[in-house]
Amino acid sequence: MKITKKEVVHVARLARLNLDEEAIELYTKQLGDILTYMDTLNRVDTEDVPPTSHAIFINNAFRKDKVKASVPVGRALANAPRSEDGSFVVPKVIG
Amino acid sequence: MDLCRLTIHEAHELLTRREITSIELTSAVFDRIVEVEDRTGAYIMLVKDRAMAEAAAADEMIRQGKGGPLTGVPLAIKDILCTEGIRTTCGSKILENFIPPYSSTVVNKLKRAHAVIVGKTNMDEFAMGSSTEHSALKVTRNPWDLTRIPGGSSGGSAVAVAADECIGAIGSDTGGSIRQPASHCGVVGLKPTYGRVSRFGLVAFASSLDQIGPIAKDVADCAILMNEICGYDPNDSTSVPREVQDYTRALQAGLNGLMVGIPTEYFAGGVDEDVTQAVNAAINVIEGLGATCKSVSLPHTQYAVAVYYLIAPAEASSNLARYDGVRYGFRDKEAEELIQMYRDTRSKGFGSEVQRRIIIGTYALSAGYYDAYYGKASQVRTLIMQDFKQAFETCDVLLAPVAPTPAFRLGEKLDDPLAMYLSDIFTLPASLAGIAGISVPCGFSKDGLPIGLQILSKHFDEEKLIRVAYNFEQATVFHTERPKL
Repeated sequence: MKITKKEVVHVARLARLNLDEEAIELYTKQLGDILTYMDTLNRVDTEDVPPTSHAIFINNAFRKDKVKASVPVGRALANAPRSEDGSFVVPKVIG
Repeated sequence: MDLCRLTIHEAHELLTRREITSIELTSAVFDRIVEVEDRTGAYIMLVKDRAMAEAAAADEMIRQGKGGPLTGVPLAIKDILCTEGIRTTCGSKILENFIPPYSSTVVNKLKRAHAVIVGKTNMDEFAMGSSTEHSALKVTRNPWDLTRIPGGSSGGSAVAVAADECIGAIGSDTGGSIRQPASHCGVVGLKPTYGRVSRFGLVAFASSLDQIGPIAKDVADCAILMNEICGYDPNDSTSVPREVQDYTRALQAGLNGLMVGIPTEYFAGGVDEDVTQAVNAAINVIEGLGATCKSVSLPHTQYAVAVYYLIAPAEASSNLARYDGVRYGFRDKEAEELIQMYRDTRSKGFGSEVQRRIIIGTYALSAGYYDAYYGKASQVRTLIMQDFKQAFETCDVLLAPVAPTPAFRLGEKLDDPLAMYLSDIFTLPASLAGIAGISVPCGFSKDGLPIGLQILSKHFDEEKLIRVAYNFEQATVFHTERPKL
């Protein structure tokens, strides 16, 4: 097995996803197939090949540190599932 | 005359000559939508009232002798581009009720050009898919055969153009999401060089690959849309400060003296017979127009699927961490504790393909696997880029199929994610290299399904793509065919 159920559960936890037993079963199989396919990359000799994270060469894109207008608080909160007194409201963090 | 069938340049000419008004044109487009939309399903949302107001304003401008090539022209926008005050769902339940507080740079540019926005088009959720079947909101069908997929992820935009439910459209391409649906729907789609068009306000999927581009009824329309959307944007630090040429000038040059490369790996087998035939015939046409063709090799092509399906999910897993139910989007309100709220929100808000990719990406980036997967893929990405660099040392453009087969059937690959990923083999390499590509109609399968020719150029050489595509288009009739709906 390329990836175990235990690893799928671990990764789902890292990604903040709940998986039920059926989804764990399915993803373990599908990810196994996909990762087996990814192993074709091991046929490529990449010794001394630098990695690419960005296809276009751009030097650091600096800008002036100038104060500009930003989205007003009311509009920034307009899409919030819950807000109060100009803040986002979330469930209790500390018991 | 059926106004909805007009191209952008035809509509512009009639508007400028005052033979039609934008109100008439926009009404004709909405009439067409009423007629066919229940079969095609191109749009997630229509904004008719706004559109008619924009049309009226455009008409006033034209009366004053002002305006440009897009003034009063009805366009469709893929629902991945933020539109201030208009719902932007990205095809996802998690953003189903999200109303952006600002517009993307591309939408702002189109507004400044006084284009009319018809609505937001359907797409695979977060642009993850090749068939638009991963939309959480609705089904989009191929207008040439309603039992088939339109391609994806910009399936809605390609269908809206093909079915005359707009005059032109905007899509986005991360691994082929403009070129492949354009090919499957018989329209023209251009993916610009990475950095050519601002991504500000484009909902992020894989930031090192995402690029916005036009989907249109012909090549001239693509050139017109490119003129409007390209350019540096201080709000996107990955956009490139480089002058934008007038792409319509590329419509005047011939193909004499042009060196065209045919990458052997794109014709190596596993390609549908009708596709091979249509693309080979297209190569002959282009040679007949004065270009010289020669074989080239891009030896790392076969690794593009593996590289892309590690890098794109890795970037996605990071980008999509922002959907936590706190600031915008769906929240599962039952959870009593914060971490549980994150998990319930994301599990209920994201569809299965998005969750699958988040898990692949998280795995590829996780401790112990980073070097073997993400690191290795990033190195092979370098080799794919070097292949292209070498080919473009002697070639102006490359010609290839867009997809190994014409549009497959709805449902055909839904249960086999790897099979779906493998169908992207011919569009992924250019995305990984950040180069530009266009799909232009080049024939039909025996079943009457459109087939596209893919033309690739080096970075920032869109002018040559447009030049080759336009000469080919004008020498053939495929772009004049319309689906019978």
